Order: sequence, then C-alpha cells, then structure tokens
Amino acid sequence: MAENLKFRNPELAQNIAAKIKSLAPKAGKTKICHVCGTHEWTITHYGLRSLLPEDVEVIAGPGCPVCIVPAAEIDEAVQLAQMGIVVTCFGDVLRVPGSKMSLLEAKAGGADVRIVYAVSDAVEMAKHESQKQFAFFAVGFETTAPSTAVEALGNPPKNLSFLVSHRLIPPAMELLLGVGDLQIDGFIAPGHVSAIIGLKPYELFPRVYRMPTVVAGFEPIDVLMAIYMIVKQQSEGTAKLENEYPRVVKPEGNPKALEMMNKAFTVTGGNWRGIGRLPDSALQLRESLADYDARLKYGVHVEQGKDILLGCECHLVIIGKIKPNQCPMFMKACTPEKPVGACMVSSEGTCRVWAKNVAIQA
Amino acid sequence: MCLAIPAKVMNIDGNKANVDFGQGVLREVNVSLVEAKVGDYVLVHAGYAIQVIEEKEALETLSLWNSILEATPE
Repeated sequence: MAENLKFRNPELAQNIAAKIKSLAPKAGKTKICHVCGTHEWTITHYGLRSLLPEDVEVIAGPGCPVCIVPAAEIDEAVQLAQMGIVVTCFGDVLRVPGSKMSLLEAKAGGADVRIVYAVSDAVEMAKHESQKQFAFFAVGFETTAPSTAVEALGNPPKNLSFLVSHRLIPPAMELLLGVGDLQIDGFIAPGHVSAIIGLKPYELFPRVYRMPTVVAGFEPIDVLMAIYMIVKQQSEGTAKLENEYPRVVKPEGNPKALEMMNKAFTVTGGNWRGIGRLPDSALQLRESLADYDARLKYGVHVEQGKDILLGCECHLVIIGKIKPNQCPMFMKACTPEKPVGACMVSSEGTCRVWAKNVAIQA
Repeated sequence: MCLAIPAKVMNIDGNKANVDFGQGVLREVNVSLVEAKVGDYVLVHAGYAIQVIEEKEALETLSLWNSILEATPE
C-alpha cells in the first residue's frame, strides 16, 4: 500500500491544523482525552500538540495496560516465580514495580522469568520443557486478550497456566467522566481495542454523557483528523460517535475474537493502579478453564499491594490530571533508565513517551 | 502495548501464516482470529492477526479526508 505514506503527509497535517484553528473560536475551550499509549506516542513523537490552538488540549488517560496493572498482581507473578514456576511475560511488564520487587528483580534473585513476544511462545516453551511448570502473565486490554483466549481454549499443555490481568477500556473511560475537575469535552477512542470490540461499547458516551467520541487510528493524520472531528462536533454543539479508522475498525469489531474472549473469560471487577477498583473492568478465566488458572492452581492471591511510592504521581498522570513534567520526580528521581513509577517503565507509559521525546516537548 | 503492525499474508497453513512486514522478511503469525487469505493485509498484534485491513476502506479514508477538508469553509 504505497498510499500509506499519505497518512503522514505534512501538507495534509497543516491543512487539518488550519481547519482546527478556524473552528476553535466557535468550539471554545476543548479538552480531548485519549486512552491509548500508542496515541500518546503518535501525538508526542510527531509534535502534534504544537499544531493545536491554545484552546484545544489533548490529554492522556489510562491507556497503557502495563502501567495500570496493580502492584498486587505483579506481586502474584513474583510469588509464582519465587515458587519455582517459570513466569513468561511481555517485555514491558518485566520492570513494573511490585510492592517489594519487580519481575526483573525476582529474576536477578534467581527466579526463572522469561520475556515472550506472543502467548504462543509460552505454549511452545511449556511443550518443550515438560518437566517444568510455566505461567503466562496475561496483561493487556481487549487488543491482547483474544490471543490469550485462543491459547487457553486451544488445549494448552497441562504444565502451563495463566495469570490473567487483562482489563477492559470502556469502564475506565466512564470513570474519567466522573472525575469532577477533569472536565473532558471529547474522547479519542483507541483504534486497536476497537478493532476487537467495535463501536457499540462507546455508544453511551455521546448518548448518556453528550461526549463527542471518535475512534481513531495511529498515523499522525489519523489523530489530527480525530481532533478535528471532535472540535467540529463541539463547534456545532453535537455529540456523536464517529469512526475515523474504518480501514481497521468495523462497527461489529472482530466477532471471532469476541466469541473466543467470551468463551474463555468472564467479566469481573478489577483493581487499576492509581485508580482503584472498577466494576466490570477485568477478565478472569471461566470455571471450565479453572485448571489453567494460575491463581487457583498455586493458591496465589495478594489482596493489597503498594501501588504508588512516596513522591510518585503516577496516579495523577494515569487519569490525565497532571502532565508528566508536573510530577516532581519526572526526569529527576524517575528516568527511563531508573524508573520509579509504572508510567516511566512501559514504552507506552505517558512519562516514558514524554521522556523519550523530550526535545519535541521543549 | 496495543501497538499493531500491518503485514501482508504470503501463505497460510491452518492457523499459522507467514506474513511480510514490508521488508521481505517473513514472520510466522497466528491467524485464527481472522478470515484472511493470501494477499490480504492483516494487522498483527503480539503474534496474532487481529483484523484484516480493507485496502478499499484505506483508500476511501484518504479521499474522505480530502473531501471533508474541501467541504468545510475556512
């Protein structure tokens, strides 16, 4: 698709920015919230905020599935590793702080913790080393959960279990609307979560909350276009759900993936780092798959973890209440090389994205 | 972590497919979540194709952008 280059066309970007500027006076102050680490990367990496008029602000909500894994669930993974079980996880998860230590620190202490690229790698490892017990630490939003479902339902080897920490995005978006002084005027919904769940779960935002909501892709023009569409709605006094990313997001999402998720998981309440407990926001394996549930199989359960260290303001960054550079630790005590908070650990954490693109921020 | 990258399906064997991420290097991905055929572009996330990319829709998006921008007065 040679046409792909057009999704980064600077001339088109300037053109859209000019349109946003011309609508801004009519729209008034517009605060737009996205909930995806990849959107934050696009916005920061391409310096999109510098193209926006003063009255149009884009903030980052809880869009990094690694950052919002509560310390208690990192502690569970650490417990498994220290019990002699091989813990497999995505690379981003390794350095996320638990209450006492991260998985990387557990590994340094002798535990067998391995990075995998895909859950299928964990399945292959468990097959090849049948004398060992394996657990896959399943972190991620709706984009990632279907792959866990495929393997959990695919008759996995008996020496593999799943520590499921998947979370669902729409409940977190709804929570943000209840944060009184945040006062969001529009949502950019995450394109790849939406590739799975489709458009329906967002319908309540315009209908109940009068919140313009645009599902967007991840090229700079995609994101600018979504901002334009929200500002336009705001200027017209309307609130609609629109899809800027139809090349990937279909109204019904991915029915096959949804069916697999539904077969493998039930929806339950779950804790989010920096946010607390959100009803109907987490997935757990169905009873029929209980043999593969690491929590049940090994009896690990940590009720309360220490999510936020003293001085760290990840909890405010995660909900978009402050910008990373408003945290006193940002790039001082907390750096990508030596992160203190979860937002600095993951490559999609807001602080990490800002730290890596600091020249563009300046 | 919801990063997903487009790739072209080169061949399919059951639930597995070899895909090209644009540099001629083939990688094996799981295609059990999509109805993909050889020649399709799929969106790959953590080793699994999560959606087929509609080339027609992609081209329509480009022309839609242009038409929206043209239609709106400054």
